[in-house]
Amino acid sequence: MNPESTPVTTAPEGYRINPLSGAAVSAARGLAGPLSAEISAALSASPKGEVSVRSGDLNLPLLEKNDILAERNRGYFLGRGLVALNLVSSPGAGKTTLLEHTLDGFGRQTKCAVLVGDLETDNDGRRLHRPHAPVAQITTGTVCHLDAGMIARAAESINLDGVKILFIENVGNLVCPASFDLGEQVRVVLLSTTEGEDKPLKYPPIFKSAHLVLLTKVDVSDALGFNRALAVENIRRIAPQARLIQLSARSGEGMAEWYDFLRSLAPKS
Amino acid sequence: MESTLAAVRRVAVARNATHVDRIVVRIGVLSGVDPEALRFAFEACSPGTLAEGAEFDIESVPAVAHCPTCDRDFPAGRGYICSCPGCGNLSGDIRSGRELELRCIEFTHTPATS
Repeated sequence: MNPESTPVTTAPEGYRINPLSGAAVSAARGLAGPLSAEISAALSASPKGEVSVRSGDLNLPLLEKNDILAERNRGYFLGRGLVALNLVSSPGAGKTTLLEHTLDGFGRQTKCAVLVGDLETDNDGRRLHRPHAPVAQITTGTVCHLDAGMIARAAESINLDGVKILFIENVGNLVCPASFDLGEQVRVVLLSTTEGEDKPLKYPPIFKSAHLVLLTKVDVSDALGFNRALAVENIRRIAPQARLIQLSARSGEGMAEWYDFLRSLAPKS
Repeated sequence: MESTLAAVRRVAVARNATHVDRIVVRIGVLSGVDPEALRFAFEACSPGTLAEGAEFDIESVPAVAHCPTCDRDFPAGRGYICSCPGCGNLSGDIRSGRELELRCIEFTHTPATS
């Protein structure tokens, strides 16, 4: 599939989706239809005749639209037999480089696809473009994060047949993506050795939400005077629930552990 | 806030309420929702709805974490570094504090005149 010839769709909300490779051949199962009444519990009792009434304890979750769509995505991914990973980090932590190497290595044995978000340009989508991996670029315009609606539309735009691992490369930002569930099974937070060792302490919510933390660019940590032990301690304090892998996509250090992690997720078929 | 008012409306309409007098929401301290901002949004969004002029009560739900070593729950403060007071181990198992719920409403029901 030639990236020049693929259709770019613009959603009513203003972001654009450009399937760069492996575009869907026919319309995928629709995900953008009207929502069913998602909360119909607790609506049965109808007191009659009283003037002033107190409802029983409802404890009705106030699901925001994003959370409902995220749950829908999760079910869609589950039904398709694939595992979605949401990769979040500051800009420049090495998400795209990691995915390039992952598609060239791991991705040759296990079919992967990528949805990649940026404010502008298709640069990352082009970098990730591989004949064996469907890739769609989401350009958000001014929006600083991906949301579940964008993911639903982007996932429809590519052919996910046979895909076992779906990487979602979020917009580089350590704040807002923490609040937006995309329907992923695994949230991966990257911290690179070019950043401060105290980033987990400064931006705790996103690290708290991580299933896996990747400490990236460890090949240059000595040259940078980066204190790896301190960074690891900070990650452990904020995110004791998360697994930690230290790696360098360029030198290859730690990549086998990352691939083992991916292999443990990929559904056997 | 729109989803709160939509939920209130669904509950109220299903019970044939003619006016909503009081709304109680439960907001976890880790939910990311600022209670004052929520209150402000209610004042801004409720006029013209069934809930116009209703009392808007916010119950804050504290953060509680679980220590797998001691098998007990403990208060987790702001929830960022959750260290068990018993053994000092760090826990990432947050058991409550993320709630964002409509707890209940009080409403007026005027029987239809026949």
